[in-house]
Amino acid sequence: MAVAALTDLAVEVAPGVHWVGALDPHLRSFDIILKTANGTTYNAYVVRGENGVAVIDTVKEGFADDFFRRLESVARYEEITTIVLNHLEPDHSGALPELLRRAPQARVYLSTRAQMMLKALLKPSGEKPPEYTPVTTDDTVDLGGRTLRFLHTPYLHWPDTQCTYLEEDGMLFTGDIFGCHFCDERLFNERVGDFRFSFEYYYTHIMRPFRDYVLDALALIEPLDIRLIAPAHGPILRHMPRDYLHRYRELATPRLFNEARSEKTLLVFYLSAYGNTRRMAEAMAAGAESIPGVRVSLYDLEGGDAAIFTDLIEEADGLAFGSPTINGDAVKPIWDLLSSLTSVNIKGKLGAAFGSYGWSGEAVRLIEDRLRGLKLRVPVEGLRLKLVPDTDELEKCRSLGESLARHLTGRIEHRELDLAAIA
Amino acid sequence: MPKAKVTFEDVGVSVTVPAGTRLIEVSEKVGSGIIYGCREGECCTCLTKIVSGAENLAVPSILEDQVLKDNMAPRRHRLACQAQILGGEVVVRPA
Repeated sequence: MAVAALTDLAVEVAPGVHWVGALDPHLRSFDIILKTANGTTYNAYVVRGENGVAVIDTVKEGFADDFFRRLESVARYEEITTIVLNHLEPDHSGALPELLRRAPQARVYLSTRAQMMLKALLKPSGEKPPEYTPVTTDDTVDLGGRTLRFLHTPYLHWPDTQCTYLEEDGMLFTGDIFGCHFCDERLFNERVGDFRFSFEYYYTHIMRPFRDYVLDALALIEPLDIRLIAPAHGPILRHMPRDYLHRYRELATPRLFNEARSEKTLLVFYLSAYGNTRRMAEAMAAGAESIPGVRVSLYDLEGGDAAIFTDLIEEADGLAFGSPTINGDAVKPIWDLLSSLTSVNIKGKLGAAFGSYGWSGEAVRLIEDRLRGLKLRVPVEGLRLKLVPDTDELEKCRSLGESLARHLTGRIEHRELDLAAIA
Repeated sequence: MPKAKVTFEDVGVSVTVPAGTRLIEVSEKVGSGIIYGCREGECCTCLTKIVSGAENLAVPSILEDQVLKDNMAPRRHRLACQAQILGGEVVVRPA
């Protein structure tokens, strides 16, 4: 199909609802972490009611001219009563300061968590923040014959994110949820090229770390009468929109049945140059396994790369990492694994480190610091052993495993400490 | 120096601390599940439930109060990076 030339005019999504966004076909990477083989779109929308006009989101600053041209083709600035900000990241709020100058009478509606961000975004303009109303689930704005209803859907993928439902039309404006980086002038999902990869790639990199929040959002969205999904990036989903809800639910659901779901799971990863850290790992695993209700898995990182362990880590309750110290550091595969976990939620999981060393043994403390940096809890001090572990030292490894397992199962004995002793 | 006691329920640890200590100065050392983001009272990542002894914490600053409000924090919740233990006993757990 030939690509239809998009004019400077707004594109009708439904009577009285228009797309006024911008195309960015030449973008090749987004937010540093995402590849965008055919660019992206910044989608903004205008909804006209009998008593007012709402603008939903804006575009990246450099694309403001396109946005304003399209906006002016369907509304006059003095008609704008309402500005809805579903997500304040600069690619959606870049034209906001200028829009506020042109439509100063408009009231801004945003999530409660977006308020501080709004003030921070408007700092350079030096202007006082506009009149705004923080909203949450089931708050509404009446445009006259058309009602905008808000859904509190935080952390998808920033704390401020929300969705806006146009009740009478069954349209859901979702911000980044159900979005993707795919630029095609044909705009609507049944017309554009094949964007399935982009849709899933976007979910994996942007939404997956917030899987629990995706499920919370779906619980709010699925009961609605959804006739069209209008995301802030990529195609507008008007053909079989519920398929995209189903796909999100599938993507947010663990892929395999969890055989250990009634137990707590501890994954022990290690690397070993001379077999000493491996022996520590095995003793630790045996210790943990001796506590009822804990299932332990042992992995030599030499036998796999970071990508294949990501699914396992997402599902696990506890993670232990064993590394020798080489030239004052943990070994690279450990860092490769620990730097590849931003795509899954590991906050609050239990973490631990251990390792054998030759003369200085920095690896364990460095790994513990990284685990804390990744927001894991590290309740048990890691174990560093010099060279070959003897029987007593292997018993210490076993005890470390038992202790981790007790923390996982909540079977911990109360301890009394003095801050001076643990500082 | 006056002392206080803070208990982290999730890891079963009580720590004797000098009065004036903030929760953030203790929680990571004992491996509590309270997690931190900005560490300066803005992001609300370290929201913490005060199980008992809330009256033994310094009252929230205007900034902390605003952040708690913006994030719809339930009653008896504080930011661990801000909350200062003044004396007595305080029991906390991750929100």
